[in-house]
Amino acid sequence: MLKGIKIRTAIALVACLLGLFYLTPSLTSNLPDFWQKHLPVDKIHLGLDLQGGMHLVLEVDTEKALENTLERTANELKESLMGNKIRFRNIERTKDNHIVLEFPDASSRESFNKILKDQFNDLEEASSEIHEGRGLITLRVREKRKNEIKKLTVEQSLETIRNRVDQFGVTEPEIIPQGEDRIVVQLPGIKDAMRAKNLIGKTALLEFKLVNEEYPLAEAVKGNVPEGSVVAYETRLDRQTGRRVSTPILLKNRTLLTGGYLESAQVKISDRFGEPYVAIKFNAQGARDFDRITGENVKKRLAIVLDGTVHSAPVIQERISGGEAQITGTFTMDEAKDLAIVLRAGALPAPVNFLEERTVGPSLGQDSIDKGLWSAIIGGILIMVFMTAYYRLSGLVANLALILNMVILLGILVAFKATLTLPGIAGIVLIIGMSVDANVLIFERIREELRTGKTPRVSIETGYSRAFLTILDTNVNALIASLFLFGFGTGPVKGFAVTLSIGIITSLFTAVFVTRIIFDYFIWNRKISRVSV
Amino acid sequence: MELIKPGININFVGAIKWMVISSIVLTILSIGIMLGRGFNYGIDFAGGTLIQIKFQKETPTDDIRKALINLGIRDSIIQDFGPHEIVVRTAESTSDVGGLSSRIGDSLNALYGKGAFEVQRVEVVGPKVGKDLTQKAIFAVVFSWIGMLIYIAFRFDLRFAVGGIVGVIHDVIVVMGIFTLFNKEFTLTIVAALLTIIGYSIHDTIVVFDRVRENIRKDTKKDLHTVMNDSINQTLSRTILTSFTVVLVVVVLFLFGGPVINDFAFTLLIGVIFGTYSSVFIASPVVLAWERISPSKIKRKK
Repeated sequence: MLKGIKIRTAIALVACLLGLFYLTPSLTSNLPDFWQKHLPVDKIHLGLDLQGGMHLVLEVDTEKALENTLERTANELKESLMGNKIRFRNIERTKDNHIVLEFPDASSRESFNKILKDQFNDLEEASSEIHEGRGLITLRVREKRKNEIKKLTVEQSLETIRNRVDQFGVTEPEIIPQGEDRIVVQLPGIKDAMRAKNLIGKTALLEFKLVNEEYPLAEAVKGNVPEGSVVAYETRLDRQTGRRVSTPILLKNRTLLTGGYLESAQVKISDRFGEPYVAIKFNAQGARDFDRITGENVKKRLAIVLDGTVHSAPVIQERISGGEAQITGTFTMDEAKDLAIVLRAGALPAPVNFLEERTVGPSLGQDSIDKGLWSAIIGGILIMVFMTAYYRLSGLVANLALILNMVILLGILVAFKATLTLPGIAGIVLIIGMSVDANVLIFERIREELRTGKTPRVSIETGYSRAFLTILDTNVNALIASLFLFGFGTGPVKGFAVTLSIGIITSLFTAVFVTRIIFDYFIWNRKISRVSV
Repeated sequence: MELIKPGININFVGAIKWMVISSIVLTILSIGIMLGRGFNYGIDFAGGTLIQIKFQKETPTDDIRKALINLGIRDSIIQDFGPHEIVVRTAESTSDVGGLSSRIGDSLNALYGKGAFEVQRVEVVGPKVGKDLTQKAIFAVVFSWIGMLIYIAFRFDLRFAVGGIVGVIHDVIVVMGIFTLFNKEFTLTIVAALLTIIGYSIHDTIVVFDRVRENIRKDTKKDLHTVMNDSINQTLSRTILTSFTVVLVVVVLFLFGGPVINDFAFTLLIGVIFGTYSSVFIASPVVLAWERISPSKIKRKK
């Protein structure tokens, strides 16, 4: 330990000033100009439980992404086989994510092997059996590729959600991956929780499909759906009753165009009803496709499907060039805005599930801050009164250390951009009670030494040196517990672990290092003959 | 001021036998309570929905309950949570997380009109999350024990490490037993409290052990019984003072921290009391028993 009192004092002062530096912006909102220009201006970062907001944990359905990939691959394989005139029977995707196909003879089997090797390297043979000269082959996606697909799906989902949230306009959102397939989304200050969740959770897969008008709808609704078609529902708002009604509609399975080819999506107001709609514009490729599709299907109905729900199914009056279209429906302004956002940001590569949602209103947050603050103040005063009553002047020294500890602890929280939560404040209150333990240990030891008749100087020196190892050991152990808590915790509880861990370390500094300076000053410079302890 | 007179010499070690017996009884009772009643898991662990609503004026919970039953939410618990404030808790978390809270909001709107209440907090936890958390909580607690065991074994020796950990395990079991007895809700913050108690209890134990180590070195002829008793007496003043300051702030948290912190402070309060108790009456006897069975080979020397 440094012997020179001046050097030690300088260190303590620097630590204290640094703490104050970082803390000042949180205490006052009107900082002088020079401060705003040159000094830290970050305020203490409050957790969602204190400032209000929304905490979401999403799970990306990577299995679904895998299924989609397999479905696509199966189709490609089928087309490739047909293109190469290889004879096969029955290609299908099974429920357990395999592709099963059958070959009538050995030669087509061999040609297939070549194609598999050259073009479908992601697939591997799971099993094959030969049955009366015919070969039955089961294919699966390679394990390595599977993991790649899953990882990519999560990354893309994260990016898409970030885009949506950015466009929605939330200040300081936090969107981070967690574990293998989870995404944590934190939105401070969100008021309309439902809307935010719709915005984030919507897959937003936009598809254009033809309406099957040749087959009687009533028959299909009964359950006799013709091959290659599917029953979907169109929902719209009944203007008179204000209710949403959904009507069935028979669609052809084939997706002609998707939202993946969109260049932009904007909210516009229709001239006729003054209702909002979303105007979309395709990119070059999408515009060409749209031109072709509309040209080929004039007078037929084209359904605009979003996540399986039909938004509208207008009749194509004529070929549409230029790649512009409208999504109408009975939207409120907010709904139209959000739809435009999700279309611009793109579809999620796989559906997401909400695993966890925590929303705290702003008034509850303020209430918690007040309660936490009062607890800290009352706790602090009680401890200080007690320490002064019990240890007199030495107690005052311990109190000074306690105040300093708070300044440095909070300063570090700001400097490291740590988050203060309600349990975090509880952690601070606890630190107030626990950090004086170091001083209690030292002072009790000094008293013991004084009782054996030693001089104040010797008593203080032995008191500190004897107590120091104990204090170190106890603090390391307390730190072990709070570090495991940090690893375990989420959100608010993590905030508790953070303040507790930092507080344990800073209290070592203030309660041991700083108080020693004061004692040394009085012993060496003032040469006191009596200790008030 | 002095609470504990210097030179105090209470025969703690003599009373240890009775304390050990009562601790064992207490531990068995606690385990019995936990097994018998089961934990009252909060939604963090069990999954479910929690909604905190603040009304403008007094609103009978019976009316609210009726409104909820109409929604088809039967197994809901409605608790008072401060003035004009209630918390509704159901086991339902559904795939449509949060849909429930808006349904409840809508039906309360219809009943009381907009502005008559404010939804303060909504928490929805799916069953999958709860399962993960349970596992993580157990890991955190057990690994913190192992971490401390290693550290104390390294700094002191294995006898002390085992003594300290047995004390901590005792504390956790007893605190959870009492917690269950009061039918408190087991949540994330309670796990935080338990880990804090673990940290505090071992902290307290080390202060005693540290003095034992020092006294062993000072006088190698004294038997461990006497050394242990002397050490406990010498550190008694500090033990009581620190427990007092910690209890002081915990009581402040309990009284002023608000309902969210209430159970947390309650758990800490029990924990601090037992943490202090276990340092003297659990950790030390284990070390003594160990010494009796296999006296430490390294003859104590400086």
